[in-house]
Amino acid sequence: MTVTTETRAAVLHDVDAASARRAGRTGRGSNGGDQRVPVAVGSTAVLLLGALYCLLPVAWVLIASTKDASELFSTFTFAPSTHLWDNIVALTEYRDGLYWRWMLNTALYAGVGAIISTYVSALSGYALAKYTFPGKGVVFKVLLMGVLVPGVILAIPQYLLLAQAGLTNTYWSVLLPQLISPYGIYLARIYAAAAVPTDIIESARTEGARELYIFHRIALPMMGPGLVTIFLFQFVAVWNNFMLPYIMLGNDELFPITVGLSGLLNQGASLPAMYTLVITGALLSVVPLIALFLVLQRYWRVDLAAGAVKA
Amino acid sequence: MRAAFRTGAVATLAAAALIMTGCSADTGSEGTADDPIELTYWAWAPNLDKVVDLWNDEHPEIQVTVNKQDGGDPAITKLLTAIKAGSGAPDLIQAEYQKIPTLVSSDALADLSDAGASDLADQFSDGTWDSVTLGGDAVYAIPQDTGPMMFFYRDDIFQQLGLSVPTTWDEYAAVARALHAADPSKYLGTFSANDAGWFAGLAQQAKSEWWSIDGEAWGVGIDEEPTQRVAEYWGGLVQEGVIDNKPMYTPEWNAGLNDGTQVGWLGAVWGPGVLSGNAADTAGLWKAATLPTWGGDASNGNWGGSSTAVTSQSKNVEAAVEFATWLNTDPDAVQALVTETGIYPASTDAAASSLTEAPEFFSNQADFYDVAADAAASVAPFQYGPNVNVAFSAYNDEFAKAAEAKTVDAFLAAVTAMQQVTVDDLESSGFTVAD
Repeated sequence: MTVTTETRAAVLHDVDAASARRAGRTGRGSNGGDQRVPVAVGSTAVLLLGALYCLLPVAWVLIASTKDASELFSTFTFAPSTHLWDNIVALTEYRDGLYWRWMLNTALYAGVGAIISTYVSALSGYALAKYTFPGKGVVFKVLLMGVLVPGVILAIPQYLLLAQAGLTNTYWSVLLPQLISPYGIYLARIYAAAAVPTDIIESARTEGARELYIFHRIALPMMGPGLVTIFLFQFVAVWNNFMLPYIMLGNDELFPITVGLSGLLNQGASLPAMYTLVITGALLSVVPLIALFLVLQRYWRVDLAAGAVKA
Repeated sequence: MRAAFRTGAVATLAAAALIMTGCSADTGSEGTADDPIELTYWAWAPNLDKVVDLWNDEHPEIQVTVNKQDGGDPAITKLLTAIKAGSGAPDLIQAEYQKIPTLVSSDALADLSDAGASDLADQFSDGTWDSVTLGGDAVYAIPQDTGPMMFFYRDDIFQQLGLSVPTTWDEYAAVARALHAADPSKYLGTFSANDAGWFAGLAQQAKSEWWSIDGEAWGVGIDEEPTQRVAEYWGGLVQEGVIDNKPMYTPEWNAGLNDGTQVGWLGAVWGPGVLSGNAADTAGLWKAATLPTWGGDASNGNWGGSSTAVTSQSKNVEAAVEFATWLNTDPDAVQALVTETGIYPASTDAAASSLTEAPEFFSNQADFYDVAADAAASVAPFQYGPNVNVAFSAYNDEFAKAAEAKTVDAFLAAVTAMQQVTVDDLESSGFTVAD
């Protein structure tokens, strides 16, 4: 559990940092450079404390992953050691590289899941924004209610449903429930309303373009930045999801990293918890997320707030 | 536009139908090498898959796949969810003895007596066999390993301070005082409010009867003399401050094992694995002894130990029993269990022949398994009830407060509260509770 919170904290921190950088950029732009902003000591101190609060656990993971099992509990907390590589090797050797299988599984759940989910969100969001059809209001209200329901409490009903179909303990059991994201559809609707002018759709229709062609060739590219946002949200949500795979999966070869690492800590009373492996595993599991954010950051120009205001 | 929506809906339905048909029907009960019976087995013992590979090599007609689980509790919770859902349960599951009554009352386990499991009774000690039959004619599981409790201590520190190994609880208290007086940073042990199984083992040693069956009614005897005596004893030591009050299996406890501030540990026969995993550098410094006794009365408790059960959703009960019997009684299989998973086998004959060399961590103590055999021989009978999980979580809640309060009264109050919670839960679940 702590692992999930830590990775989440790390991710949140990353989101904060990204938005802080953006804010900084626009801030400088609008001030024109010659106006002096008084340094607010109080708020800076609060922000520094906040930064420390977010960064300290990350630093701890970084340092603790360099220690071997006995050093972890006996040396000073923030004194690094030299066993990082040994730990990575031990983690790789654990049950013939099961950890890397978890990593691939997570990439599958999060990557494929987020891509399909983004596409579904774009399709439904676009439909809700640009078409009029009976029941549209009801569909949208149900969707809004869906945004309010936390995914965690749906895990058990989803388990019971998938058990009926005999799909529990398969890749499908984790992929399928995460394909529909009410929040993603909601964002896509707002973004489609703001970024895709109805006139263009109309003129495409007069040229004889078919509806799906219009969506794929005209609307989808226009929604690009919004879709990157949805993709990132969904990717992080799936990457960090613990409850759903924990309930659905019994075979640890299908586990994502979150569930796998928590299992290493809860081995039962007769086995020692594998602290060093878990810490090293947690560290390595954040790396792809950081990489993803750094790569996609430049596509992520317009965020949720901009879309909301325009709508 | 409407048409487009309709096609979309049809496509979705078609996709759903495709997925539905993905689940295949089970075949008949006779397996062949070409069309083997496939069994899934949820278990958490490390490296169990390597033992199962031996079976799979010899038995092409029955192929077993191990799905490794995260320790006993999550696996059982998952199994109960799958039983309620009506599908998704494995054929076989590694079940701790205290979970069996709960599983039986949820109809999660198949009765194995018709599949030949009844003939195995003489392979196991009476107490162990009772815990898989619950005293009746049905057989709900085949015993795999047991966890007789043992006392582990740092031989080097004992010698350095001239302490002798305690054989009774009075002596244990005296040694705890002497050790703490000699070095206030050191403790002979800790009272762990996190490990209900550990406390249940200590209560079992004192001959408590936490649950009993009286006709159709369940009796709950937690708040009675034996358990009160145990709680009073530990409450006294914690109140005095000569025993630590922090839970086991925490980073802090691990640090204590490494730096020698935790000088003793009341563990069980599987302890070498825990010690070598948490404090590898202290190998060769520890020794094992039987648990201190109440006034010389040779008696012991179990902490842990598990069995192989067949779930009620299995369509191949006979094949599953055949495998489970081999796994837990065949000499080669038991030998592999000992070397690969490090368990202490429940099968008495197999245990004697496969446990010859002391575990590596205790290479300084050649008679380790003789001590273990003594510990196993004197285990007192103990009956678990259908709501062990409730009683155990009440233990965690109540004793966490007591360990924090550090008074004898708080320890005794915790026992009373445990009794109350357990009885209330039995009654609200519809069981008859004897007064």
